[in-house]
Amino acid sequence: MADIEIRNVYKIFGQDAKAALAMAKDGLDKSEILARSGCSVGLNDVSLTIGAGKIFVIMGLSGSGKSTLVRHINRLIEPTSGQVVFDGSNILDLDAKALRTFRMHRVSMVFQSFALMPHRTVLQNVVYGQRVRGLSKADSRDIGMKWIETVGLSGYDAKFPHQLSGGMKQRVGLARALAADTDVILMDEAFSALDPLIRADMQDQLLQLQQNLSKTIVFITHDLDEALRIGSEIAILKDGQVVQVGTPDDILDKPANDYVARFVQRRQGRPEAHD
Amino acid sequence: MFPDSLNLSIRAPVNEFIQTLVSSYGWVFKAISAVILKAVLFIEWILRGLPWWVVILAFMALAWQSSKRWTLTVAVGALLFFVGVLGLWDLTMQTLALMLMATLVSVAIGVPMGILVAKSRLVRNITLPVLDVMQTMPSFVYLIPALMLFGLGKVPAILATIIYAVPPLIRLTDLGIRQVDHEVVEAATAFGGSPNQILFGVELPLATPTIMAGLNQTIMMALSMVVVASMIGARGLGEQVLNGIQTLDVGKGLEAGIGIVILAIVLDRITQGFGKSRTEDPRNG
Repeated sequence: MADIEIRNVYKIFGQDAKAALAMAKDGLDKSEILARSGCSVGLNDVSLTIGAGKIFVIMGLSGSGKSTLVRHINRLIEPTSGQVVFDGSNILDLDAKALRTFRMHRVSMVFQSFALMPHRTVLQNVVYGQRVRGLSKADSRDIGMKWIETVGLSGYDAKFPHQLSGGMKQRVGLARALAADTDVILMDEAFSALDPLIRADMQDQLLQLQQNLSKTIVFITHDLDEALRIGSEIAILKDGQVVQVGTPDDILDKPANDYVARFVQRRQGRPEAHD
Repeated sequence: MFPDSLNLSIRAPVNEFIQTLVSSYGWVFKAISAVILKAVLFIEWILRGLPWWVVILAFMALAWQSSKRWTLTVAVGALLFFVGVLGLWDLTMQTLALMLMATLVSVAIGVPMGILVAKSRLVRNITLPVLDVMQTMPSFVYLIPALMLFGLGKVPAILATIIYAVPPLIRLTDLGIRQVDHEVVEAATAFGGSPNQILFGVELPLATPTIMAGLNQTIMMALSMVVVASMIGARGLGEQVLNGIQTLDVGKGLEAGIGIVILAIVLDRITQGFGKSRTEDPRNG
């Protein structure tokens, strides 16, 4: 079980990151920093504690930095400043080899546009994490078939990704993350590219899996309904800053500011999706 | 008129440099030359030693492998048979050996270079202008120093062919690797793939169609060097063309020309087939 702590993380994109970082620490806002230094602020002093065994949702509109933030947890993106503490140790201290081991065993990821390898079959995609670790073809096959069955794709193991529909592709993406057998799964807008009905199915399946496996899931979405439906805790991000963190009820009942309140108002009148 | 006082010639120093290279390091070039010559003679020995119908069958098998189409397979067989009928079989095999050698060395240089160019901005900034020079510099300019260093015959011909033919392979390997879907590479990284696992397991397989297009271009450009190569003593179809022109024997020149074209068509179709023969569609992920 793994707790993830993100401590005062800043991410600046651009040439003069140092100067921009100082400005951000002085409390200047995003547009001002862009005008003065030409740098764009991706994340601005983000601190979050993500508890083990739950679905933690990070919600925000495009450009809010949510995809940037989730890539800090497996260091696909390096922060300009700050710490990412995983199970008590700062993953920014890992060298290249230790980082690869960490990615193999602790964190897996599901991508918005699936990111399946087009030249590999469904089975070969699903067992990628195991094969990278050095597990033999025969041993990884059993693991792969088990997870293909779990996500409901039995019989498709020898198909190639381009032969599948979007929903099926994302099931493969999910199976690939599950087959890697990590404590934490990062899901970057995993269901955003899917049709509404398939999306609801996938959300149900994810909740079901979570009940059985109790993984730590960090779920990124731009959709408040989705966030409320699956999240046990939700962090709302705007312009690279955390606006509010709380349970779905907190968000609905006590919006921290107008920005959050506007989201909540917009969905009033719709049937309650959260149960 | 441009003032004479501003003239600065690099002629003398370059000549001097080549002279010292020849006189002091001649043995290095001789050794390289011997290795390349041995390899090309070996290829030639196989191609000319085999019965003609075995070679034709081998090419038909390759065509079938690459395209899975009977029409192409039969056409390749018929075209090569026609070359034999024209009485050009032996010359074609000599040219083919030269092409194969130049192509093999081009692949050995071009693909790793292309990977480096795709991976490193520094290498890229240095290499791309060099490739431009290699492609635009008239081949006679480097043919002459190549002659001085490696002597007459097949070896300088092969080297000149490589200089002319390797740039498209480097460029297209670079392009192929950079075109691989960024998110797929990110996924491989996220699951703990090492740089080597990602290069050989993801990037190169997905770049293969583009690399094959580069190989195809390399072979075509190599074939267009055949006549030039024959001027420095490489035997084969090019020599026949040159002979034909020098003796005003238009028919002889045309025959050999047809031989070169047929070789080009056969090699082009087979390599193109290998580029396309992916069962999966790389546009979808």
